[in-house]
Amino acid sequence: MEAWLFVSPSAIGFLIFFLGPLCAVVYFSMTEWNLLTQQAAFVGLANFKNALLENPDFWHVVRNSVIFALGLVPLNMALALTLALALSRPFFGVVFFRTVFFAPVVTSAIAWAIVWKFLLQGEGGFINQMLAIVGISGPNWLREPNWAMAAVIVTRVIKMVGLNMILYIAALQAIPRDYEAAARLEGASRWQIFRMIIWPLLAPTTLIIMVITTIGSFKVFDHIYQMTGGGPENGTLVLAFYIYQQGFKFFNIGYASALAMIMFVIVMMLTIVQVMLRRKGAE
Amino acid sequence: MTQRQIRILYRTCWTIALLIVAIPFMFPFVWMVSAGFKSTTEIFGAPTLIPRVWRWQNFIEVFTYQPFARQYFNSLYIAILVTVLTLIISSLAGYALARMRFAGAGLLMLFLISALMVPEEVTIIPNFFLIRSMGLVDTHWPLILLPVFGPQGVMATFLMRQYFLALPKELEDAGKMDGLSRFGVWWRIALPMSRPAIAAVAIITFLSSWNLFLEPLIFLSSLEMFTLPLALSNFNDSYGLPLWNLQLAATTLAVVPILIVYLIAQRQIIESFALSGVKG
Repeated sequence: MEAWLFVSPSAIGFLIFFLGPLCAVVYFSMTEWNLLTQQAAFVGLANFKNALLENPDFWHVVRNSVIFALGLVPLNMALALTLALALSRPFFGVVFFRTVFFAPVVTSAIAWAIVWKFLLQGEGGFINQMLAIVGISGPNWLREPNWAMAAVIVTRVIKMVGLNMILYIAALQAIPRDYEAAARLEGASRWQIFRMIIWPLLAPTTLIIMVITTIGSFKVFDHIYQMTGGGPENGTLVLAFYIYQQGFKFFNIGYASALAMIMFVIVMMLTIVQVMLRRKGAE
Repeated sequence: MTQRQIRILYRTCWTIALLIVAIPFMFPFVWMVSAGFKSTTEIFGAPTLIPRVWRWQNFIEVFTYQPFARQYFNSLYIAILVTVLTLIISSLAGYALARMRFAGAGLLMLFLISALMVPEEVTIIPNFFLIRSMGLVDTHWPLILLPVFGPQGVMATFLMRQYFLALPKELEDAGKMDGLSRFGVWWRIALPMSRPAIAAVAIITFLSSWNLFLEPLIFLSSLEMFTLPLALSNFNDSYGLPLWNLQLAATTLAVVPILIVYLIAQRQIIESFALSGVKG
């Protein structure tokens, strides 16, 4: 009984603000409910049918989210691993570099997006002024759908890569140094050491980072809200932003709840994959 | 060349490469501060790192354009409150989950783990109606309650539990022998030994509250109630276009203090994120 005194604040809040709402969103997703008309009607799976079969916007949004993830995850992980390999051993300046690469992680996404939006303006933007010096006429980055998507991906990678970098550094530092020393005595090259020893030993970390980063990429909201607002021509309209837009801009509560359920299923599946991979790694 | 010279050359090349990669990480901060001091005309002229005319006025207009001091204070007090509440609640629950046997413990763990996985976007719609029915729209309550009891709070609970599990049990047993209650053992023995975990939870919780955006965007409507990220995104003229120099001056005011704290305590802060990242 005493134990429940310890956990009750947490458990009660959890019931009210998490479990209850989670059940409610299942019900909401099966209603036609427009906040403006203040009427709710049970419609079964009509919202899901609307999303998956009828509304072309939905698949456009899914496509955007998948492109965002496919661009962000490999770029983020490759950069994180490269930086970690360079910064896992002490040398003059190592603290400086770690501090610099991690700094955007502690900065608010809104502030980061504000500054990059400023740098990436079409006319008079700093990036384009620099490109003009070397004779390149830069595009209007955030006004053309494909460039906008690329810009959002790259600035997001710069913002978040520090987190994966330190996870990789921690994993690299846990590898006993004898392994590498022994391989070197056998005459292995740097690349061989990486390929045959370090990379396999990093595999569990790589899998975890991959799933965490993928889930994170499906949740991205504030960055896109501030940088592109989902535009231009819905070119950066991703799932989390679409939920916000449908629910809190257009007040299609039922439809937005169905979208939230779909997001829930996607994240759940990714998490199950992660747990399975972790088990496999532990064997 | 000798072995030593090759090593030095190799190191130098690496350092130069790293410095180049570091530019897009550092430069936005530098340019933010610089542009925050410029006039509207200079901001779009030929790029200069040092403003030709230092327009200190920007930093005054930030406070007259909207109640920025009030908004700054809102962010600060909310972040502190959320941090303190999260620490109390998560360390209590984490301790019980680590050290006590009770009916429903397994079920509670299962629920908490599932909460870790569910993004806040999934529950935000019902939570909006819940908060509205409590009459708490356009107050700071949802910005405090939702993070404390949401995924962030759950993660803190797990972090604390993990740390308590690794503590030597003998000291707590000795405390019990000396007549301390469970609560006394938690407060006098377990907590003082958990400083690193407490620091990690405090740092991550503070930053995530300070940077919170979705909840303020959805729940707040009056300018005096805004928090910093929402206020920053609100420096627009009547056509909805950004007032760049004011916006960047305000962003400087919001970001620089955090950066200074980060530079002083970078080791501690980076370690905290590593700790939570491995667990999460």
